[in-house]
Amino acid sequence: MGLISAVSSLANPARFSAFATKVLPWLAGLSAALVALGFYLALFVAPADYQQGETVRIMFLHVPSAWLGMMAYVIMAIGSVGVLVWRHPLADVSAKAAAPLGAAFTFLALATGSLWGKPMWGTWWVWDARLTSFLILFLMYLGLMALRSAMEEPSRAAKACAILTLVGSVNIPIIKFSVDWWNTLHQPASVIRAGRPTMDPSILTPLLVCAIAFTVLFVTLHLAGMRTELVRRRLRTLRIATASAALAPEPAE
Amino acid sequence: MNSPHAALLMRDLALARGGGAGLGVVFFLAVVTLIPFAVGPDLALLRRIGPAILWLGALLATLLGLDRLLQADHEDGSLDLIALAPAGLETMVATKILAHWVTTGLPLVIAAPAFGVMLDLPPSALGRVALALVLGTPAMASLGAVGAALTIGLRRGGLLVPVLILPLAVPVLIFGVSASGDGAEANGALSVLAGLALGYAVLGPFSAAAALRALRD
Repeated sequence: MGLISAVSSLANPARFSAFATKVLPWLAGLSAALVALGFYLALFVAPADYQQGETVRIMFLHVPSAWLGMMAYVIMAIGSVGVLVWRHPLADVSAKAAAPLGAAFTFLALATGSLWGKPMWGTWWVWDARLTSFLILFLMYLGLMALRSAMEEPSRAAKACAILTLVGSVNIPIIKFSVDWWNTLHQPASVIRAGRPTMDPSILTPLLVCAIAFTVLFVTLHLAGMRTELVRRRLRTLRIATASAALAPEPAE
Repeated sequence: MNSPHAALLMRDLALARGGGAGLGVVFFLAVVTLIPFAVGPDLALLRRIGPAILWLGALLATLLGLDRLLQADHEDGSLDLIALAPAGLETMVATKILAHWVTTGLPLVIAAPAFGVMLDLPPSALGRVALALVLGTPAMASLGAVGAALTIGLRRGGLLVPVLILPLAVPVLIFGVSASGDGAEANGALSVLAGLALGYAVLGPFSAAAALRALRD
């Protein structure tokens, strides 16, 4: 009971801001330590792959980025339900703050995938099913951000983006399926798709540490983004209030 | 002819008779004309990528025509009357999509075989492309209605709608082009395309109506 009321009390934007301010330095420190540990394990402890050599280390950056690129969309979809069903002010703040993060991590996954592809496939870009799906996800993030920036009023932008996010989330499985189908239809059989062996613990442990580190990093950035957005909205309200107070005639006392 | 849907359909068809409906076909022709300039006049190559060219042209023509789907009604206030009509907004939006498709999508389907001849497609392929487009263009119009509803009243809506909708249209494009080929694979793709069209015929009006409601107040 105590935990539930503690969490639901954060639904108040002011209390949330205070909580975020208190927690952020700790989270930032924790994510810095975890990322350092993860990169140390990935770069020095994990063995090089017998087939791919040192390039396999890109995976420790690539896989967590891809995972967060998808998680950001899930957070946005949950936030969108919150906007449309409960009209909660924090839900939209969360969805808005997650969009650039999702775009950034998706871009990171694409860029590292491309860098990984150069030594493995011999080209920077392969129209591989997974890369292509991610490219479309990246485009959807950019579209959502463009729609939001095209609307001045936050409450209108919130509803429009929420609807588009939910339409997108209905579509993402369809897109994923159709891209996979398209890929098997067109891809020559020569693609390196060696049946992935079960991962050795010496690689799995650093990967998990990296995934946790990136997730904590994401939570930190998301909280910071939400706090900034709350400040930005407060500023906007204050500015409008000041402007309308300056324009309005002096109230008769 | 007293039902609100019939009235809306008749009105939109009558408005379209006033002109402007042919512009999409001209745009389609312009795209089909430009591609040989880009890839060279090699008929063998054009025959191979012909269905893809026709699909891309139809997709772009559909998306660029979407700014007229709701924007004009928003500007002259008819959208408020449509919202007040004694019928669900979802079905009214579906009616608008149907009218929009009849006036802009159907001409593309009819023109596609003629443009396919210019790309040296065999007669059997012409029929298949037209068949696939009959299913695909309503799907794209339904999806596009969501984009049109979301960007209503925005000054930058023109470029925004394709940016929002093109990623969502990927499945229609993939299965549409595959359904334009021949063989068992194409038949399967045609079935999937029909399924997509039905799904989007539900998703599109509902989401577009939700967007119109959310953005009206």
